[in-house]
Amino acid sequence: MTGEQANTVEFELRVNGEAVTLRLPPQVSLLDALREHLGLTGTKKGCDQGACGACTVLADGERINSCLTLAVQYAGREITTIEGITGELPRAFVRHDGFQCGYCTSGQICSATGMLAEHAAGMPSAVTGQHPGELIDAEIRERMSGNLCRCGAYNGIVDAIREVASGTAS
Amino acid sequence: MRTFSYVRATDVPSALSAIGTGTGAKFIGGGTNLVDLMREDIERPDTVVDISGLPLTGVEELPGGGVRIGALTRNSHLAAHPLIRTRYPMLSQALLSGASAQLRNMATVGGNLMQRTRCAYFYDLAAACNKREPGSGCDAIGGFHRNSAVLGASESCIATNPSDMSVALAALDAAVEAESVRGVRRIPLADFHRLPGGTPHLETELAADELITAVELPALPLAARSRYRKVRDRASYAFALVSVAAALDVQDGVIAEARLALGGVAAKPWRAREAERVLLGAPAGEKSYERAADAELSAAAGTPENGFKVELARRAIVATLRELEGSGV
Repeated sequence: MTGEQANTVEFELRVNGEAVTLRLPPQVSLLDALREHLGLTGTKKGCDQGACGACTVLADGERINSCLTLAVQYAGREITTIEGITGELPRAFVRHDGFQCGYCTSGQICSATGMLAEHAAGMPSAVTGQHPGELIDAEIRERMSGNLCRCGAYNGIVDAIREVASGTAS
Repeated sequence: MRTFSYVRATDVPSALSAIGTGTGAKFIGGGTNLVDLMREDIERPDTVVDISGLPLTGVEELPGGGVRIGALTRNSHLAAHPLIRTRYPMLSQALLSGASAQLRNMATVGGNLMQRTRCAYFYDLAAACNKREPGSGCDAIGGFHRNSAVLGASESCIATNPSDMSVALAALDAAVEAESVRGVRRIPLADFHRLPGGTPHLETELAADELITAVELPALPLAARSRYRKVRDRASYAFALVSVAAALDVQDGVIAEARLALGGVAAKPWRAREAERVLLGAPAGEKSYERAADAELSAAAGTPENGFKVELARRAIVATLRELEGSGV
C-alpha cells in the first residue's frame, strides 16, 4: 500500500551488540522487525498476542514480549535475541531434554536468562515471601509462567534452569 | 495493523501538544494492551504518541509518609520497590500476580490503569458490543460470560476490569494525577473508572487529551499488614475470577480500621465500603468477616453461568481477613 510505504520512520536499533538502521512503517512490531527485516528468525512468533512467550527477547537485559511492542519504541535500546545468547543455558536445555518440537525454546532460553538476572537482583515473585531466597522449583515455575510449551517439556525446562542457577552445570 | 502517524514525545508539554484534542490519537507506553488492540483492529488511532521516553519513572517518598509513583514506572520495578514491599505489600502482591514477568517488565502504571476489558465479545469484531460499538448490543449477555461482572453491571454491558494493580490502589485510597493543557488535577482512584450504565464505552474519568503523570499513595500505617489474594483458573498468568485486596488493624480483639476492595467482579476495581462499615468496631473473627462479606455482596447479581463468583468472592473475603488477623502485628 502506498500509504504505508510513504509513512515510514527511520531509527537505529542495537541488536546483539551491532547497530542497525531500519526504515519501517511505525506499526511494525519489534518481533516482525527482527524476523522479517533483520533476518533473525531465531525469535519465534507463536500467538502474536502476548500469551505464549515464544517471542521473548531481552531489552537492556530485561525480558519482554517482542510481539506487543512497536519496533520504533526500542530505538537506541540494546536488544538481545537467541542469536546473541551465550552461556550455559542452551547446553543445559539439550542435556535435560528441555524441548520437543523446539518452537518455544528460543523464548524459553531468553526468558530464563532474564529471569536469572531478575532473581539475582532481588526481584520477588508471586510465590516469594518478603525475602527472596533460593530459586526453588516453585519459584522457577512461577517466574517462567509467561512461556508456554505445548509439547509439555516443562520438567526438562525446570531441570535445565535449576542446574544453571545452582552452578552445577558442567 | 493499520498504519498511523508516530510521534515520539520527549517531555510532558510535547506529549500534550502531540495529542492535541485527543480525537483519533492515543498515548503509547509499554504497548502491551494497545498494540494488541490495534492489531485486532479494535483501536484505530490516526496518531500514536510515544510517551515511553518521558521522565516519569520515579518512586519517591512524600512528606508525611505517602509515596508518589511516576506513571511510567514499570509494573515489575514497582512491585520490587522497597517502599512498596514494606508499606503497601498488597500492591506489590497484586502487581506480581498480574500477567507474566515479560509483560510486567513492559507494562506501566498509567497503562495498567487504562487497560481495557478482556471480554471475548469486546475482542470479537463479529459480535455485538456496546463498549466497542455503542448501540450495537451485548452478545456477552446470553452468551459465554462465565467471567463477567456480578456487581455494578448494566443491561448494556457486563464486562469486568482486568487489572490487579487497580484493586490494591482502590483499597489504598490512591489518587491519579493527570495533566492536560488546562493544568494538573487529581482524581481519586475510586472515581477513576466508571460503571457501564448506558455508556460502557466511557470507561474512565480521564479526558482524551489528558496524560496520567503519577499515582500517589497516602500514608496508611495499617497497609503494612495487607494482602492481595487472587483466585483464578490456573496458578499463574491468568486473569482473576475474583480477587481481594485487604488491610486490617485489630486492637484488643476489635477491628479498629479495615480496607477492602474486590477485583474481577465489576467494570471497576470495587471498593467494598459496605463491608468496611460492618467491620469497623466489630470483634475480629470469622462471624464478623462473614457479615461484612454478605453486606457487600447483598447487591451482587449473578447468572447461572457466573453466579459462582458471588460465593467465591464471599469465601475469598473471609479467607483474606482471617489470614490478616492471624498474621501477627
